[in-house]
Amino acid sequence: MLIIKNLKAKIKTSEGDKQILKGINLTVNAGEIHAIMGPNGSGKSTLASVLTGREGYDVTEGEVLYDGKDLLDLDPEERAREGIFLAFQYPIEIPGVSNVNFLKTAINEIRKSKGEEPMSSVEFLKVMKEKAKLVDIDPAMLSRYVNVGFSGGEKKRNEIFQLAMLEPKLSILDETDSGLDIDALKIVANGVNQLKSDKNAFIVITHYQRLLNYIVPDFVHVMYEGRIVKSGGKELALELEENGYEFINGIKENAEA
Amino acid sequence: MENNLKENKTDKDLKQKLVEEFKSMESKLNGEASGNFHKIRKDAIAVFDKLGFPVKKMEEWKYTNLNPLLNHDFHYSSDRKQSELKKSDIEKYKFESGEKNFLVFVNGVFIEDLSSVISNSENIYVGNITGGRKKYPEIFEKHFSKYADYSDRSLVALNTAFSADGAFVYVKKNTDLKEAVHILHISDAEKENVMLQPRNLFVIEEGGRAEIAEDYYSKGDNFSFTNMVTEVYCGKNSHTGHYKIQNEGDKDYHVGMTQVHQEQDSNYSNTTVSWGGSIIRNDLNAVFDGRNTESHFFGLYLLDGKQHVDNHTLADHKMPDCFSNELYKGILSGHSTGVFNGKIMVREDAQKTNAYQSNGNILLSDDATIYSKPQLEIFADDVKCSHGATSGQLNEDEMFYIKSRGIGDKNAKALLLKAFVSDVIDSIKTDEFREHVENKLEHKLEYILR
Repeated sequence: MLIIKNLKAKIKTSEGDKQILKGINLTVNAGEIHAIMGPNGSGKSTLASVLTGREGYDVTEGEVLYDGKDLLDLDPEERAREGIFLAFQYPIEIPGVSNVNFLKTAINEIRKSKGEEPMSSVEFLKVMKEKAKLVDIDPAMLSRYVNVGFSGGEKKRNEIFQLAMLEPKLSILDETDSGLDIDALKIVANGVNQLKSDKNAFIVITHYQRLLNYIVPDFVHVMYEGRIVKSGGKELALELEENGYEFINGIKENAEA
Repeated sequence: MENNLKENKTDKDLKQKLVEEFKSMESKLNGEASGNFHKIRKDAIAVFDKLGFPVKKMEEWKYTNLNPLLNHDFHYSSDRKQSELKKSDIEKYKFESGEKNFLVFVNGVFIEDLSSVISNSENIYVGNITGGRKKYPEIFEKHFSKYADYSDRSLVALNTAFSADGAFVYVKKNTDLKEAVHILHISDAEKENVMLQPRNLFVIEEGGRAEIAEDYYSKGDNFSFTNMVTEVYCGKNSHTGHYKIQNEGDKDYHVGMTQVHQEQDSNYSNTTVSWGGSIIRNDLNAVFDGRNTESHFFGLYLLDGKQHVDNHTLADHKMPDCFSNELYKGILSGHSTGVFNGKIMVREDAQKTNAYQSNGNILLSDDATIYSKPQLEIFADDVKCSHGATSGQLNEDEMFYIKSRGIGDKNAKALLLKAFVSDVIDSIKTDEFREHVENKLEHKLEYILR
């Protein structure tokens, strides 16, 4: 589904360009859940941004193939229409735009791009109610403005709700667990577990092993200074949690040696 | 220097023509020339003759140049022929939900055949000035030209001098107009350049209620110049919703004065929407002449091309305990220019005044310009006043968030822009007006973001 080859990218800042991704290689197949872990500043969120087409990043080398297509050639909205979804680390508040209107516009634009008819209001409401249940969202909240006045936990649940509505093929969860208490974490994880299938895939970016108790990954990758320095099964997350920085420093020495 | 001389000459040309036209009109009047109404008109033409058209060196006209308009040859004739517009021609101007009280004016002349009124009763008059003046001469005398002072405003003087017709809405004490009034003013420049001087008068007496929309359109390929004045009298404890929607084309000039007089405990709300026209200048002045009045000014300007829209407002707090709130929002693209000049005057006796003002702008192009100028003049010591102005671009984080859900650039912008102006749109209380404006907004955004 997704093949990342030697991806290098820099961020444009007021103090000049800064190389963040220094050669990422990763292959994600349908039906898989990949966890990407690593300390702050290792480039995890940058990877998510580059994959979804956020402005401000320059890809300097490498390529990303999504279903055989050059992903980096597409606009953010085209990527979304092709089935890529980013659950934001910091979901954006949009005053004046209701959740319902926002999602209806999104769904119908995605449908239009595929030459499909728009979803009827009746069907939309039915699907919306169904999916809201999945992440325990009060349907009344959905007539409110996007994320405005939502608590941190509500915003994260709203991200997973949007994911459920849009039914993407590849979902990238950028630190969806940050700021969640254990109950909210369970709700979010439960939502993801119900949505996963052998046709879709998830990339779960997280600092902590905690989330991975509930969303069990097939693969765990450790990112450090813009590279994936180690990959393994779900037990790698536990190892990382136990040994922390020491573990990483060990890898670093190995990498440099 | 040379340019200046040329400008003055043109101004003089049009001015002179208008003064002469006034004399010709006067010679055709019979008994009416000796009446009080004509005395006012005569006085007004003298003021216009003395002052001439406003020029940019006047502080109040600093950003709005009327010279392009004065360069055109406008044939103003006070005895207009009836319009040839048929019922089918005006279908497209009607509100989607149907019309109840619908007044149609073409080039300032009332077209009864195209109009329809259902609310007229012994307590309500909805019609034109000519008819209203005959039916209620004492009400007309009492209010006409009593609020829109022309002594130092040449365009108001010009309108007053030629004020032949316009809408007249009269709601008697403790009467609810119930069905809103839709006033359609069309400038028909199909055959030649036209000049219009529509004059509207709304009198809402004590305890009365009314919702009134003025809707301005143009047709034809020639130039039009609309110089309108609306006077609104809000009696004690009355409630008035007043809307002005400007849909003219890029060969149309529109200057207008809306002068509101508010008595004690009255509530007045105005929403001015400008998305058509070449050069537009709106003045909205409300004088609070009784305690505990409430006033809301909302505005929306949505501009592209070389459009120029100048909104000047004045909330004149003369009495204590009054509240005024003002919110104007603008979306500017292309080479368009917006001007917002909001003045809050709090006079010596106006203690416990609450006056708020805010102007927000989104610039969609590097070539668009906004001049925003809040003015507070406070002569009382126990007041709460605030003002704020912002201008900026669409928020990039919001744009990315929306696009990341599959929504394309154009629709993402449209979503955010609609959200930006939603509080102004929501200020329109009458459903049929609001739906009409929402539909127009959709089309205009579609066009601007094309």
